[in-house]
Amino acid sequence: MSEMTQESAGSGNFDLTQFYQIFFEEAGENLDQMEQMLLALDLEQADDEELNAIFRCAHSIKGGAATFGFADVAELTHQMESLLDKLRRHELTPTPPMVDVLLESSDALKLLLARHSGKDVAPPATHALVDRISALAHGEDAVAPAAAPAPVAAAPAPAAPAAAPAASAAPAPTGSRQLEIHIGPLDNLSQADSIAELFRDISGLGSIEALPCDQDHKRVYKVLTTSSDGDLLDLFTFHVSKEHIRIVDNTPVPKSLATEGTDFGFFDDAPGLPSTADTTVAQAAEQAAPAIAVAAPAAPAVAPAAPKPAAAPKAAAGGAQASLESSTLRVSVSKVDQLINLVGELVITQAMLAQKSSALDSAANQQLLAGLADLDRNTRDLQEAVMSIRMIPMSVVFNRFPRMLRDLAGKLGKKVELITHGEATELDKGLIEKITDPLTHLIRNSCDHGIEMPDERRAKGKTENGNITLSASHQGGSILIEVRDDGKGLSREKLLKKAREKGIDAPDSMTDGEVWSLIFAPGFSTAEEVTDVSGRGVGMDVVKKNIASLGGTVEIDSAEGYGMSVKVRLPLTLAIMDGMSVRVSDEVYILPLASVIESFQINPSDINTVAQGAQLVKVRDEYMPVIELERVFQVPRFEFNSSSPIMVVVEAEGSRVALMVDELLGQQQVVIKNLESNYRKVPNVSGATILGDGKVALILDTSVLVRRSRH
Amino acid sequence: MQSILAVDDSASMRKMVAFTLTGAGFHVVEAVDGQDAFEKAQTHHIDLVLTDQNMPRLDGLGLTKKLRETAKFKTTPILILTTESSDQMKMAGRAAGATGWLVKPFDPGRLIEVIQKVIR
Repeated sequence: MSEMTQESAGSGNFDLTQFYQIFFEEAGENLDQMEQMLLALDLEQADDEELNAIFRCAHSIKGGAATFGFADVAELTHQMESLLDKLRRHELTPTPPMVDVLLESSDALKLLLARHSGKDVAPPATHALVDRISALAHGEDAVAPAAAPAPVAAAPAPAAPAAAPAASAAPAPTGSRQLEIHIGPLDNLSQADSIAELFRDISGLGSIEALPCDQDHKRVYKVLTTSSDGDLLDLFTFHVSKEHIRIVDNTPVPKSLATEGTDFGFFDDAPGLPSTADTTVAQAAEQAAPAIAVAAPAAPAVAPAAPKPAAAPKAAAGGAQASLESSTLRVSVSKVDQLINLVGELVITQAMLAQKSSALDSAANQQLLAGLADLDRNTRDLQEAVMSIRMIPMSVVFNRFPRMLRDLAGKLGKKVELITHGEATELDKGLIEKITDPLTHLIRNSCDHGIEMPDERRAKGKTENGNITLSASHQGGSILIEVRDDGKGLSREKLLKKAREKGIDAPDSMTDGEVWSLIFAPGFSTAEEVTDVSGRGVGMDVVKKNIASLGGTVEIDSAEGYGMSVKVRLPLTLAIMDGMSVRVSDEVYILPLASVIESFQINPSDINTVAQGAQLVKVRDEYMPVIELERVFQVPRFEFNSSSPIMVVVEAEGSRVALMVDELLGQQQVVIKNLESNYRKVPNVSGATILGDGKVALILDTSVLVRRSRH
Repeated sequence: MQSILAVDDSASMRKMVAFTLTGAGFHVVEAVDGQDAFEKAQTHHIDLVLTDQNMPRLDGLGLTKKLRETAKFKTTPILILTTESSDQMKMAGRAAGATGWLVKPFDPGRLIEVIQKVIR
């Protein structure tokens, strides 16, 4: 601490690296925000506040990058900032090429930031981007008169804060101001000359001198005057309308106004300096007043800056608005995961206590049992609260698609609009990360294979713009994500033909649902030719596999000519699951409750053995494959009872299978422990859990079991 | 211990400034924009205000003006951190009632040096 108080402390004494991570995260957020705003920007009627917000993103990144020494990031953001500055000042109007280059720059910045944060990525070529931005910022300038009419003097700060009039401002008492007055564009330039004559006619107005001006229909004058902008405007508008007058204050800051170093400075006699700090409040206010007058033309809002008690209540009005950032906390995911693990252990301990206590005499142990009931409730609440920490809104995933679709549609020459619903729906962070790739693939597919070319759509009587709707919603204990497009849909005939070509058994009697499911077959692609958009190698089969590995399902619906919908259903979290515990001999297994359809008791005689020892059970006139868990897991059996077996029907991947068990034990929430990372991969098993009595039970992978029954 | 109100919408800059100032023995009150700063200024004792210029809701100049309208902040030093040090910016700063300015990027040692010129 002591070394930092030394006056000569240089940056060498400060370890800035500790702020890098915050900067990277913040810059990433700024880039995402900027990208979204750029995509949402209405080029014809760009909103001032939006342009300002976009500018601020670039500005903020530049400031941080320069401070923390990332010169390449600072350089590129500086260029972006210059262009955005001209946009927000209406010196330029936004155009699609500008949006393009800003988006590309945003991509390049992400790469630069990734490199700085130690990731091994190729350096982006930023020089070309810098040149392009600078060309847009300057090249457009040459045609500025047509593109952007001279800013209106009456508008609030169109070109620069100093350009705005401050009608109420008192003339500068300490001397004249040096102004640049832009007149035009005018058809009749003699009107401008009348303004010059004003200075000759009115004594005391000041001096005027024409400056060289390279634009036709325009005049620029240098004026030295003590009059205020408002007074000047009143005079000038006798000859030239207000819209054609622009006043720029070029008065140099008097040397005596400030004491400064190269990178900092203090205003002489400014409030707050050590010399004035000792004076009374009244004196300070008096000193402040002339200072304001000197600088009065700087900005219109400056004029009422003199102490004015009336303004105080207004100032306090915004007090209720809470600041968003100060109410959130950044915590590393590993800390949250540790918390979840601990809660998981607590849930298990609690279950164990509950089980042991059930045998206790409720009269003799009333207090203990009441305490355990409280523990039960609190554990459940705690678990829910902790799990909710990991929940993040789907917008995190959804937000990346507008940009992707824009690029993709541009490449394909299609017109596509993305509509999103339910961005606020929350999902476990782990799932969000894993669902991004499959969703990306589905959306690419919709754009590439679903949506038709604009003329084709028009010929079909559809709108030129294809719609892709992406929605998310909660449905019971799971989340439903749907990708829907109004493109050409799936063709039953084409799919059947293709399937037969690939040697897949596809009878005409297949239901539509079964036909649509054919596209999940490995290596199945419905497009006549593989485009570089949907990619090679990765097909719908991988999408389905990835979603299944998350405990989710995929469902397709389609109508030829009208579009298609892909529904992805996912559990809310990967860490906890509702399970049904079943007993097979002395072993307990957990079945995911979501896949359990029904259970019933049968007579052993209801089971028919067919070829190769496969067994079938007749359920409501339908035969269903039977899997004896006892055989699958080779469970040793010590006692042979004659009780009839119980069938639990489970469904996965659209098929059903009956699992033969000895007893249904009950339903319970189980904390899923990864078997692979703690032990090794075990066939037919998706994980393990610890039961209330401390024993380990395996969680069965129903999709593998269903697949097993097919072969 | 002297108290400094550090205002910046960029968390990394704010943390850096706060860390630097705390290291130099100051108490730091952080605010995420001008509006937040103005609200915090009402309830905290503040010896110096160090504010970024370009921020959402209320910028540095706006904050300066609002603070100067409050009796409590008539003579409190207010330094504006800015990326541009044009004459226009200086005029505006002076007119708003700022005490001085510091150009970004700056190094942490420089920041303390400048602050110590204003408060002891």
